Amino acid sequence: MRRISFKRTYFAMPYAVLGVLFVIVPLGIMVFYAFTGTDNSFTFSNFVNFFSKPAMIKVLFRSLGVAAITTVVCLLLAYPIALILSSSKFNKSAILILMFVLPMWINSLLRTYAIKIVLDLIGLKNAYAAVVIGMVYDFFPFMLLPLYTILVNMDYSLTEAATDLGSGSAGTFFRVKLPLSLPGIMSGILMVFMPTVSTFAISDILGDTSTYMFGNIINQWFGTQAGWHIGSAYSFILLVLIAVTMFIANKLSGGKAQPTGAGGNVL
Amino acid sequence: MNRRLKKALALSFVWLMLAITYVPILVLFVYSFTGAKVLGVWSGFTLELYAKVFTDSQIMEAVRNSLILAGSAALISTVFGTVSAIGIFYLRTWKRKCLDFLTQITMINAEIVTGIAFLLLFVMLKFIPTGWPTLIIAHVFITVPYVIMSVLPRLGQLNPNLYEAGLDLGAGPLKALVKVLIPQLIPAMISGFALAFTLSLDDFVVTKFINGNVSTISTYLYNKLTKKGVQPVLRALSSLIFFAVLIILIVINVVSARRARNAQKKAN
Repeated sequence: MRRISFKRTYFAMPYAVLGVLFVIVPLGIMVFYAFTGTDNSFTFSNFVNFFSKPAMIKVLFRSLGVAAITTVVCLLLAYPIALILSSSKFNKSAILILMFVLPMWINSLLRTYAIKIVLDLIGLKNAYAAVVIGMVYDFFPFMLLPLYTILVNMDYSLTEAATDLGSGSAGTFFRVKLPLSLPGIMSGILMVFMPTVSTFAISDILGDTSTYMFGNIINQWFGTQAGWHIGSAYSFILLVLIAVTMFIANKLSGGKAQPTGAGGNVL
Repeated sequence: MNRRLKKALALSFVWLMLAITYVPILVLFVYSFTGAKVLGVWSGFTLELYAKVFTDSQIMEAVRNSLILAGSAALISTVFGTVSAIGIFYLRTWKRKCLDFLTQITMINAEIVTGIAFLLLFVMLKFIPTGWPTLIIAHVFITVPYVIMSVLPRLGQLNPNLYEAGLDLGAGPLKALVKVLIPQLIPAMISGFALAFTLSLDDFVVTKFINGNVSTISTYLYNKLTKKGVQPVLRALSSLIFFAVLIILIVINVVSARRARNAQKKAN
Protein backbone atom coordinates (compact mmCIF):
# COMPACT_ATOMS: atom_id res chain seq x y z
CA MET A 1 0.00 0.00 0.00
CA ARG A 2 1.17 3.47 -0.81
CA ARG A 3 1.46 6.08 1.85
CA ILE A 4 0.35 8.96 -0.28
CA SER A 5 -2.43 8.68 -2.81
CA PHE A 6 -0.33 10.49 -5.38
CA LYS A 7 -0.69 9.35 -8.94
CA ARG A 8 1.89 9.74 -11.67
CA THR A 9 -0.77 11.25 -13.86
CA TYR A 10 -0.74 14.29 -11.57
CA PHE A 11 2.54 15.26 -13.22
CA ALA A 12 0.50 16.23 -16.27
CA MET A 13 -1.71 18.65 -14.35
CA PRO A 14 0.47 21.78 -14.59
CA TYR A 15 0.72 21.19 -18.33
CA ALA A 16 -3.04 20.78 -18.64
CA VAL A 17 -3.75 23.98 -16.69
CA LEU A 18 -1.02 26.14 -18.23
CA GLY A 19 -1.65 24.65 -21.67
CA VAL A 20 -5.26 25.76 -21.52
CA LEU A 21 -4.17 29.22 -20.36
CA PHE A 22 -1.41 29.72 -22.92
CA VAL A 23 -2.65 27.71 -25.91
CA ILE A 24 -6.44 27.40 -25.83
CA VAL A 25 -7.38 30.72 -24.19
CA PRO A 26 -5.28 32.81 -26.63
CA LEU A 27 -7.02 31.14 -29.57
CA GLY A 28 -10.33 31.81 -27.84
CA ILE A 29 -9.45 35.48 -27.48
CA MET A 30 -8.56 35.55 -31.15
CA VAL A 31 -11.95 34.10 -32.08
CA PHE A 32 -13.58 36.68 -29.78
CA TYR A 33 -11.73 39.49 -31.57
CA ALA A 34 -12.71 38.01 -34.93
CA PHE A 35 -16.41 38.16 -34.13
CA THR A 36 -16.47 41.58 -32.45
CA GLY A 37 -16.01 45.17 -33.60
CA THR A 38 -13.82 47.83 -32.03
CA ASP A 39 -16.69 48.52 -29.58
CA ASN A 40 -16.59 44.83 -28.48
CA SER A 41 -20.11 44.12 -29.73
CA PHE A 42 -20.84 40.97 -31.74
CA THR A 43 -20.54 41.40 -35.48
CA PHE A 44 -19.75 39.56 -38.70
CA SER A 45 -18.38 42.72 -40.27
CA ASN A 46 -14.76 41.53 -40.01
CA PHE A 47 -15.60 38.56 -42.19
CA VAL A 48 -17.71 40.71 -44.50
CA ASN A 49 -14.60 42.87 -44.84
CA PHE A 50 -12.76 39.86 -46.25
CA PHE A 51 -15.43 38.29 -48.42
CA SER A 52 -16.55 41.58 -49.96
CA LYS A 53 -13.06 42.50 -51.16
CA PRO A 54 -12.08 40.71 -54.37
CA ALA A 55 -8.50 41.90 -53.84
CA MET A 56 -8.31 40.05 -50.51
CA ILE A 57 -9.82 36.87 -51.90
CA LYS A 58 -7.33 37.15 -54.74
CA VAL A 59 -4.49 37.27 -52.19
CA LEU A 60 -5.84 34.18 -50.46
CA PHE A 61 -6.01 32.30 -53.75
CA ARG A 62 -2.56 33.53 -54.69
CA SER A 63 -1.24 32.16 -51.38
CA LEU A 64 -2.95 28.84 -51.96
CA GLY A 65 -1.58 28.80 -55.51
CA VAL A 66 1.99 29.57 -54.46
CA ALA A 67 1.74 27.01 -51.67
CA ALA A 68 0.38 24.40 -54.08
CA ILE A 69 3.12 25.03 -56.66
CA THR A 70 5.79 24.97 -53.94
CA THR A 71 4.41 21.72 -52.55
CA VAL A 72 4.24 20.02 -55.96
CA VAL A 73 7.74 21.13 -56.96
CA CYS A 74 9.13 19.98 -53.59
CA LEU A 75 7.38 16.63 -53.95
CA LEU A 76 8.59 16.08 -57.52
CA LEU A 77 12.17 16.89 -56.53
CA ALA A 78 12.17 15.16 -53.16
CA TYR A 79 10.50 11.86 -54.09
CA PRO A 80 13.23 10.67 -56.46
CA ILE A 81 15.91 11.76 -53.99
CA ALA A 82 14.17 9.91 -51.17
CA LEU A 83 13.76 6.87 -53.40
CA ILE A 84 17.44 6.86 -54.39
CA LEU A 85 18.75 7.49 -50.87
CA SER A 86 16.48 4.89 -49.31
CA SER A 87 17.75 2.12 -51.59
CA SER A 88 20.57 0.18 -50.01
CA LYS A 89 22.78 0.65 -53.08
CA PHE A 90 23.30 4.33 -52.32
CA ASN A 91 22.66 4.51 -48.63
CA LYS A 92 25.82 2.94 -47.29
CA SER A 93 25.84 5.54 -44.57
CA ALA A 94 23.12 8.02 -43.78
CA ILE A 95 25.51 10.88 -44.50
CA LEU A 96 23.82 12.01 -47.74
CA ILE A 97 20.35 12.32 -46.25
CA LEU A 98 21.94 14.13 -43.33
CA MET A 99 23.52 16.63 -45.74
CA PHE A 100 20.11 17.28 -47.28
CA VAL A 101 18.29 17.91 -44.03
CA LEU A 102 21.02 19.85 -42.20
CA PRO A 103 19.81 23.21 -43.55
CA MET A 104 16.48 22.56 -41.82
CA TRP A 105 18.19 23.55 -38.59
CA ILE A 106 19.38 26.89 -39.88
CA ASN A 107 17.25 29.98 -39.37
CA SER A 108 14.91 30.22 -42.36
CA LEU A 109 15.52 33.97 -42.70
CA LEU A 110 19.20 33.20 -43.25
CA ARG A 111 18.43 30.59 -45.87
CA THR A 112 16.11 33.07 -47.56
CA TYR A 113 18.92 35.63 -47.53
CA ALA A 114 21.30 33.10 -49.10
CA ILE A 115 18.91 32.29 -51.94
CA LYS A 116 18.19 36.00 -52.38
CA ILE A 117 21.88 36.61 -53.03
CA VAL A 118 21.97 33.90 -55.69
CA LEU A 119 18.77 35.17 -57.33
CA ASP A 120 20.20 38.71 -57.36
CA LEU A 121 23.44 37.44 -58.89
CA ILE A 122 21.69 35.59 -61.73
CA GLY A 123 19.46 38.62 -62.19
CA LEU A 124 16.06 37.04 -61.72
CA LYS A 125 13.59 39.92 -61.90
CA ASN A 126 10.27 38.09 -61.65
CA ALA A 127 9.09 38.51 -58.05
CA TYR A 128 6.61 35.64 -58.26
CA ALA A 129 9.27 33.20 -59.47
CA ALA A 130 11.69 34.47 -56.82
CA VAL A 131 9.16 33.81 -54.04
CA VAL A 132 8.37 30.30 -55.31
CA ILE A 133 12.07 29.44 -55.68
CA GLY A 134 12.75 30.80 -52.20
CA MET A 135 9.94 28.74 -50.72
CA VAL A 136 11.04 25.56 -52.49
CA TYR A 137 14.58 26.16 -51.26
CA ASP A 138 13.42 26.75 -47.68
CA PHE A 139 10.93 23.91 -47.44
CA PHE A 140 12.56 21.16 -49.52
CA PRO A 141 14.09 19.32 -46.50
CA PHE A 142 10.69 19.25 -44.79
CA MET A 143 9.30 17.34 -47.77
CA LEU A 144 12.31 15.07 -48.13
CA LEU A 145 12.53 13.89 -44.53
CA PRO A 146 9.09 12.25 -44.13
CA LEU A 147 9.40 10.68 -47.60
CA TYR A 148 12.82 9.26 -46.80
CA THR A 149 11.68 8.03 -43.38
CA ILE A 150 8.75 6.08 -44.82
CA LEU A 151 10.71 4.67 -47.76
CA VAL A 152 13.72 3.58 -45.73
CA ASN A 153 11.49 1.82 -43.18
CA MET A 154 9.37 0.12 -45.82
CA ASP A 155 9.06 -3.63 -45.70
CA TYR A 156 10.93 -4.59 -48.86
CA SER A 157 9.68 -8.15 -48.85
CA LEU A 158 6.50 -6.63 -50.30
CA THR A 159 8.28 -5.15 -53.31
CA GLU A 160 10.27 -8.36 -53.72
CA ALA A 161 7.04 -10.32 -53.64
CA ALA A 162 5.63 -8.10 -56.37
CA THR A 163 8.73 -8.70 -58.51
CA ASP A 164 8.60 -12.44 -57.86
CA LEU A 165 4.97 -12.48 -58.93
CA GLY A 166 6.02 -11.02 -62.27
CA SER A 167 5.54 -7.31 -61.82
CA GLY A 168 7.93 -5.06 -63.76
CA SER A 169 9.87 -2.34 -61.96
CA ALA A 170 7.40 0.36 -63.03
CA GLY A 171 4.47 -1.79 -61.94
CA THR A 172 6.09 -2.50 -58.60
CA PHE A 173 6.68 1.17 -58.06
CA PHE A 174 3.21 2.40 -58.97
CA ARG A 175 1.25 -0.45 -57.44
CA VAL A 176 3.29 -1.22 -54.31
CA LYS A 177 5.86 1.40 -53.32
CA LEU A 178 3.91 4.54 -54.13
CA PRO A 179 0.70 3.48 -52.34
CA LEU A 180 2.72 2.35 -49.32
CA SER A 181 4.51 5.67 -49.14
CA LEU A 182 1.27 7.66 -49.15
CA PRO A 183 1.39 8.58 -45.43
CA GLY A 184 4.89 9.98 -45.97
CA ILE A 185 3.69 11.96 -48.97
CA MET A 186 0.81 13.38 -46.94
CA SER A 187 3.14 14.32 -44.07
CA GLY A 188 5.45 16.06 -46.50
CA ILE A 189 2.57 17.91 -48.10
CA LEU A 190 1.36 19.07 -44.69
CA MET A 191 4.82 20.20 -43.63
CA VAL A 192 5.29 22.24 -46.79
CA PHE A 193 1.82 23.39 -47.76
CA MET A 194 0.64 24.75 -44.42
CA PRO A 195 3.68 26.87 -43.58
CA THR A 196 3.85 28.29 -47.13
CA VAL A 197 0.22 29.45 -47.03
CA SER A 198 0.85 31.49 -43.92
CA THR A 199 4.44 32.67 -44.30
CA PHE A 200 5.09 36.34 -44.81
CA ALA A 201 8.82 36.75 -44.25
CA ILE A 202 9.83 35.00 -47.49
CA SER A 203 7.57 37.13 -49.66
CA ASP A 204 8.67 40.24 -47.73
CA ILE A 205 12.32 39.51 -48.45
CA LEU A 206 12.15 38.05 -51.98
CA GLY A 207 9.01 39.54 -53.44
CA ASP A 208 7.22 42.86 -53.71
CA THR A 209 3.62 44.01 -53.23
CA SER A 210 2.55 41.92 -56.22
CA THR A 211 3.51 38.76 -54.35
CA TYR A 212 1.67 39.61 -51.13
CA MET A 213 0.59 36.45 -49.35
CA PHE A 214 -2.23 35.86 -46.91
CA GLY A 215 0.31 36.04 -44.09
CA ASN A 216 1.44 39.47 -45.26
CA ILE A 217 -2.13 40.75 -45.11
CA ILE A 218 -2.64 39.45 -41.58
CA ASN A 219 0.70 40.92 -40.53
CA GLN A 220 -0.35 44.24 -42.04
CA TRP A 221 -3.65 44.35 -40.15
CA PHE A 222 -1.76 43.89 -36.93
CA GLY A 223 0.48 46.82 -37.76
CA THR A 224 -2.22 49.18 -36.47
CA GLN A 225 -4.31 48.65 -33.35
CA ALA A 226 -7.51 49.43 -35.28
CA GLY A 227 -6.88 46.43 -37.53
CA TRP A 228 -6.72 43.79 -34.81
CA HIS A 229 -10.35 42.68 -35.09
CA ILE A 230 -10.18 42.32 -38.86
CA GLY A 231 -6.74 40.71 -38.60
CA SER A 232 -8.13 38.20 -36.11
CA ALA A 233 -10.92 37.34 -38.53
CA TYR A 234 -8.33 36.72 -41.24
CA SER A 235 -6.33 34.55 -38.84
CA PHE A 236 -9.50 32.66 -38.01
CA ILE A 237 -10.00 31.96 -41.71
CA LEU A 238 -6.43 30.64 -41.83
CA LEU A 239 -7.11 28.48 -38.77
CA VAL A 240 -10.17 26.98 -40.46
CA LEU A 241 -8.12 26.33 -43.61
CA ILE A 242 -5.49 24.51 -41.55
CA ALA A 243 -8.14 22.42 -39.81
CA VAL A 244 -9.72 21.49 -43.16
CA THR A 245 -6.33 20.60 -44.68
CA MET A 246 -5.49 18.44 -41.68
CA PHE A 247 -8.84 16.72 -41.88
CA ILE A 248 -8.49 15.94 -45.57
CA ALA A 249 -4.88 14.75 -45.13
CA ASN A 250 -5.92 12.46 -42.30
CA LYS A 251 -8.78 11.00 -44.31
CA LEU A 252 -6.55 10.42 -47.34
CA SER A 253 -3.77 8.71 -45.43
CA GLY A 254 -5.94 6.75 -43.03
CA GLY A 255 -4.89 8.81 -40.00
CA LYS A 256 -1.19 8.21 -40.52
CA ALA A 257 -0.11 11.66 -41.74
CA GLN A 258 1.97 13.59 -39.25
CA PRO A 259 2.76 17.20 -39.94
CA THR A 260 5.53 17.17 -37.36
CA GLY A 261 7.64 14.90 -35.25
CA ALA A 262 9.46 13.28 -38.12
CA GLY A 263 12.21 15.86 -37.71
CA GLY A 264 13.65 14.38 -34.57
CA ASN A 265 14.57 11.08 -36.14
CA VAL A 266 17.49 11.93 -38.32
CA LEU A 267 19.36 14.32 -36.09
CA MET B 1 18.39 1.23 -69.77
CA ASN B 2 21.51 -0.32 -68.53
CA ARG B 3 22.08 -0.59 -64.86
CA ARG B 4 25.30 1.41 -64.68
CA LEU B 5 23.84 4.34 -66.58
CA LYS B 6 20.81 4.31 -64.30
CA LYS B 7 22.98 4.43 -61.26
CA ALA B 8 25.12 7.23 -62.67
CA LEU B 9 22.00 9.25 -63.51
CA ALA B 10 20.56 8.72 -60.04
CA LEU B 11 23.80 9.76 -58.38
CA SER B 12 24.23 12.85 -60.52
CA PHE B 13 20.69 13.95 -59.66
CA VAL B 14 21.45 13.55 -55.96
CA TRP B 15 24.67 15.55 -56.26
CA LEU B 16 22.98 18.23 -58.34
CA MET B 17 20.33 18.71 -55.68
CA LEU B 18 22.98 18.79 -52.96
CA ALA B 19 24.87 21.42 -54.93
CA ILE B 20 21.71 23.53 -55.25
CA THR B 21 21.25 23.21 -51.51
CA TYR B 22 24.73 24.37 -50.62
CA VAL B 23 25.75 26.76 -53.44
CA PRO B 24 23.79 29.73 -52.00
CA ILE B 25 25.46 29.20 -48.63
CA LEU B 26 28.90 28.99 -50.27
CA VAL B 27 28.29 32.11 -52.35
CA LEU B 28 27.33 33.97 -49.19
CA PHE B 29 30.46 32.66 -47.54
CA VAL B 30 32.76 33.65 -50.41
CA TYR B 31 31.37 37.19 -50.64
CA SER B 32 31.65 37.64 -46.89
CA PHE B 33 35.39 38.08 -47.46
CA THR B 34 35.03 41.17 -49.58
CA GLY B 35 33.72 44.53 -48.47
CA ALA B 36 31.96 45.54 -51.70
CA LYS B 37 28.57 47.11 -51.13
CA VAL B 38 27.18 45.79 -54.41
CA LEU B 39 26.79 42.08 -54.53
CA GLY B 40 28.81 40.10 -57.02
CA VAL B 41 31.61 42.64 -57.03
CA TRP B 42 34.91 41.45 -55.66
CA SER B 43 36.80 44.38 -54.15
CA GLY B 44 39.68 42.43 -52.71
CA PHE B 45 40.04 40.05 -49.81
CA THR B 46 39.33 41.50 -46.40
CA LEU B 47 38.16 40.41 -42.99
CA GLU B 48 36.65 43.81 -42.37
CA LEU B 49 33.05 42.54 -42.49
CA TYR B 50 33.83 40.02 -39.76
CA ALA B 51 35.43 42.72 -37.66
CA LYS B 52 32.27 44.78 -38.14
CA VAL B 53 30.08 41.94 -36.87
CA PHE B 54 31.91 41.90 -33.56
CA THR B 55 31.98 45.65 -33.12
CA ASP B 56 28.35 46.26 -34.13
CA SER B 57 26.53 46.69 -30.80
CA GLN B 58 23.11 46.00 -32.36
CA ILE B 59 24.27 42.65 -33.74
CA MET B 60 26.01 41.65 -30.53
CA GLU B 61 22.93 42.51 -28.50
CA ALA B 62 20.66 40.51 -30.83
CA VAL B 63 22.99 37.50 -30.66
CA ARG B 64 23.23 37.70 -26.88
CA ASN B 65 19.44 38.05 -26.50
CA SER B 66 18.80 35.10 -28.83
CA LEU B 67 21.18 32.85 -26.94
CA ILE B 68 19.80 33.81 -23.52
CA LEU B 69 16.23 33.39 -24.74
CA ALA B 70 16.85 30.05 -26.46
CA GLY B 71 18.87 28.75 -23.52
CA SER B 72 16.38 29.67 -20.82
CA ALA B 73 13.29 28.72 -22.83
CA ALA B 74 14.83 25.37 -23.78
CA LEU B 75 15.86 24.67 -20.19
CA ILE B 76 12.40 25.44 -18.78
CA SER B 77 10.80 23.58 -21.65
CA THR B 78 12.93 20.48 -21.08
CA VAL B 79 12.10 20.24 -17.37
CA PHE B 80 8.44 21.13 -17.85
CA GLY B 81 8.06 18.91 -20.91
CA THR B 82 9.69 15.89 -19.29
CA VAL B 83 7.56 16.08 -16.14
CA SER B 84 4.45 16.60 -18.27
CA ALA B 85 5.33 13.71 -20.57
CA ILE B 86 5.59 11.38 -17.56
CA GLY B 87 2.11 12.43 -16.45
CA ILE B 88 0.70 12.17 -19.96
CA PHE B 89 2.22 8.73 -20.46
CA TYR B 90 0.13 7.27 -17.63
CA LEU B 91 -3.07 9.03 -18.61
CA ARG B 92 -5.79 7.01 -20.29
CA THR B 93 -8.99 7.55 -22.25
CA TRP B 94 -10.35 11.04 -22.89
CA LYS B 95 -7.85 12.77 -20.63
CA ARG B 96 -4.99 11.41 -22.72
CA LYS B 97 -6.77 12.40 -25.91
CA CYS B 98 -7.30 15.96 -24.65
CA LEU B 99 -3.65 16.45 -23.73
CA ASP B 100 -2.45 14.88 -26.98
CA PHE B 101 -4.67 17.36 -28.80
CA LEU B 102 -3.23 20.21 -26.74
CA THR B 103 0.29 19.10 -27.67
CA GLN B 104 -0.62 18.89 -31.35
CA ILE B 105 -2.27 22.30 -31.62
CA THR B 106 0.91 24.38 -31.47
CA MET B 107 2.80 21.99 -33.71
CA ILE B 108 0.09 22.05 -36.37
CA ASN B 109 -1.01 25.66 -36.08
CA ALA B 110 0.41 28.33 -38.37
CA GLU B 111 3.10 30.33 -36.61
CA ILE B 112 1.39 33.59 -37.45
CA VAL B 113 -1.82 32.43 -35.77
CA THR B 114 0.11 31.33 -32.68
CA GLY B 115 1.93 34.67 -32.60
CA ILE B 116 -1.25 36.70 -32.89
CA ALA B 117 -3.01 34.59 -30.27
CA PHE B 118 -0.12 35.25 -27.84
CA LEU B 119 -0.16 38.96 -28.67
CA LEU B 120 -3.87 39.20 -27.87
CA LEU B 121 -3.46 37.19 -24.66
CA PHE B 122 -0.60 39.33 -23.39
CA VAL B 123 -2.50 42.51 -24.20
CA MET B 124 -5.28 41.20 -21.99
CA LEU B 125 -2.91 40.05 -19.21
CA LYS B 126 -1.40 43.48 -18.72
CA PHE B 127 0.53 42.44 -15.62
CA ILE B 128 2.95 40.41 -17.77
CA PRO B 129 5.39 42.99 -19.12
CA THR B 130 6.01 42.81 -22.86
CA GLY B 131 9.58 41.77 -23.64
CA TRP B 132 11.52 39.09 -21.82
CA PRO B 133 8.61 37.62 -19.78
CA THR B 134 6.29 37.32 -22.80
CA LEU B 135 9.10 35.97 -24.97
CA ILE B 136 10.07 33.28 -22.48
CA ILE B 137 6.47 32.17 -21.88
CA ALA B 138 5.73 32.02 -25.61
CA HIS B 139 8.96 30.23 -26.47
CA VAL B 140 8.38 27.67 -23.73
CA PHE B 141 4.94 26.90 -25.10
CA ILE B 142 6.01 26.66 -28.73
CA THR B 143 8.89 24.33 -27.88
CA VAL B 144 7.40 22.18 -25.09
CA PRO B 145 5.36 19.98 -27.49
CA TYR B 146 8.61 18.90 -29.15
CA VAL B 147 10.19 17.99 -25.81
CA ILE B 148 7.09 15.97 -24.91
CA MET B 149 7.20 14.24 -28.30
CA SER B 150 10.82 13.24 -27.81
CA VAL B 151 10.36 12.03 -24.21
CA LEU B 152 7.08 10.10 -24.69
CA PRO B 153 8.44 7.33 -26.95
CA ARG B 154 11.36 6.76 -24.57
CA LEU B 155 8.96 6.30 -21.65
CA GLY B 156 7.32 3.49 -23.58
CA GLN B 157 10.64 1.62 -23.71
CA LEU B 158 11.33 1.81 -19.97
CA ASN B 159 10.84 -1.00 -17.51
CA PRO B 160 7.64 0.02 -15.71
CA ASN B 161 8.56 -1.94 -12.59
CA LEU B 162 11.51 0.26 -11.68
CA TYR B 163 9.40 3.22 -10.61
CA GLU B 164 7.10 0.93 -8.63
CA ALA B 165 10.15 -0.65 -7.02
CA GLY B 166 11.32 2.82 -5.98
CA LEU B 167 7.96 3.49 -4.36
CA ASP B 168 7.92 0.10 -2.64
CA LEU B 169 11.38 0.76 -1.30
CA GLY B 170 10.12 3.88 0.38
CA ALA B 171 10.75 6.72 -2.05
CA GLY B 172 7.99 9.31 -2.41
CA PRO B 173 6.65 9.91 -5.92
CA LEU B 174 8.84 13.01 -6.34
CA LYS B 175 11.96 11.21 -5.17
CA ALA B 176 11.15 8.21 -7.34
CA LEU B 177 10.72 10.59 -10.26
CA VAL B 178 14.07 12.29 -9.74
CA LYS B 179 16.06 9.21 -8.76
CA VAL B 180 14.51 6.50 -10.92
CA LEU B 181 12.70 7.90 -13.95
CA ILE B 182 14.70 11.02 -14.84
CA PRO B 183 18.13 9.31 -15.12
CA GLN B 184 16.70 6.91 -17.68
CA LEU B 185 15.23 9.78 -19.66
CA ILE B 186 18.42 11.85 -19.94
CA PRO B 187 19.17 11.03 -23.63
CA ALA B 188 15.61 11.91 -24.66
CA MET B 189 15.81 15.08 -22.57
CA ILE B 190 19.04 16.11 -24.26
CA SER B 191 17.57 15.70 -27.72
CA GLY B 192 14.44 17.52 -26.53
CA PHE B 193 16.62 20.36 -25.27
CA ALA B 194 18.54 20.56 -28.54
CA LEU B 195 15.29 20.61 -30.49
CA ALA B 196 13.78 23.29 -28.24
CA PHE B 197 16.95 25.37 -28.42
CA THR B 198 17.12 25.39 -32.22
CA LEU B 199 13.38 25.98 -32.58
CA SER B 200 13.58 28.97 -30.25
CA LEU B 201 16.63 30.29 -32.07
CA ASP B 202 14.88 29.90 -35.44
CA ASP B 203 11.61 31.42 -34.39
CA PHE B 204 10.82 34.69 -36.00
CA VAL B 205 7.06 34.92 -36.49
CA VAL B 206 5.89 34.41 -32.91
CA THR B 207 8.78 36.52 -31.57
CA LYS B 208 7.95 39.41 -33.87
CA PHE B 209 4.51 39.90 -32.35
CA ILE B 210 5.50 39.87 -28.70
CA ASN B 211 9.13 40.96 -28.43
CA GLY B 212 8.51 44.51 -27.22
CA ASN B 213 11.92 46.15 -27.53
CA VAL B 214 14.00 42.97 -27.14
CA SER B 215 15.70 42.27 -30.46
CA THR B 216 16.77 38.77 -31.44
CA ILE B 217 18.84 37.52 -34.38
CA SER B 218 15.62 36.80 -36.27
CA THR B 219 13.99 40.18 -35.72
CA TYR B 220 17.28 41.93 -36.46
CA LEU B 221 17.69 40.00 -39.73
CA TYR B 222 14.09 40.62 -40.76
CA ASN B 223 14.39 44.35 -40.15
CA LYS B 224 17.60 44.55 -42.16
CA LEU B 225 16.58 42.18 -44.96
CA THR B 226 13.28 43.91 -45.71
CA LYS B 227 15.01 47.29 -46.16
CA LYS B 228 16.32 48.32 -49.54
CA GLY B 229 20.06 47.76 -49.92
CA VAL B 230 21.08 44.96 -47.60
CA GLN B 231 24.20 45.83 -45.59
CA PRO B 232 27.33 43.83 -46.50
CA VAL B 233 27.94 43.08 -42.81
CA LEU B 234 25.01 40.63 -42.94
CA ARG B 235 27.05 38.36 -45.21
CA ALA B 236 29.64 37.88 -42.50
CA LEU B 237 27.05 37.49 -39.74
CA SER B 238 25.12 34.92 -41.79
CA SER B 239 28.27 32.97 -42.63
CA LEU B 240 29.21 32.83 -38.97
CA ILE B 241 25.76 31.56 -37.96
CA PHE B 242 25.68 29.02 -40.79
CA PHE B 243 28.99 27.55 -39.79
CA ALA B 244 28.30 27.63 -36.07
CA VAL B 245 25.08 25.65 -36.65
CA LEU B 246 26.75 23.22 -39.07
CA ILE B 247 29.62 22.55 -36.67
CA ILE B 248 27.27 22.02 -33.71
CA LEU B 249 25.12 19.62 -35.75
CA ILE B 250 28.10 17.68 -37.03
CA VAL B 251 29.47 17.36 -33.49
CA ILE B 252 26.10 16.20 -32.17
CA ASN B 253 25.87 13.61 -34.95
CA VAL B 254 29.39 12.30 -34.54
CA VAL B 255 28.92 12.04 -30.78
CA SER B 256 25.58 10.26 -31.05
CA ALA B 257 26.86 7.94 -33.78
CA ARG B 258 29.84 7.04 -31.61
CA ARG B 259 27.60 6.48 -28.60
CA ALA B 260 25.31 4.23 -30.66
CA ARG B 261 28.32 2.27 -31.85
CA ASN B 262 29.62 1.87 -28.30
CA ALA B 263 26.20 0.78 -27.09
CA GLN B 264 26.11 -1.80 -29.87
CA LYS B 265 29.56 -3.05 -28.94
CA LYS B 266 28.45 -3.44 -25.33
CA ALA B 267 25.33 -5.29 -26.41
CA ASN B 268 27.43 -7.71 -28.43
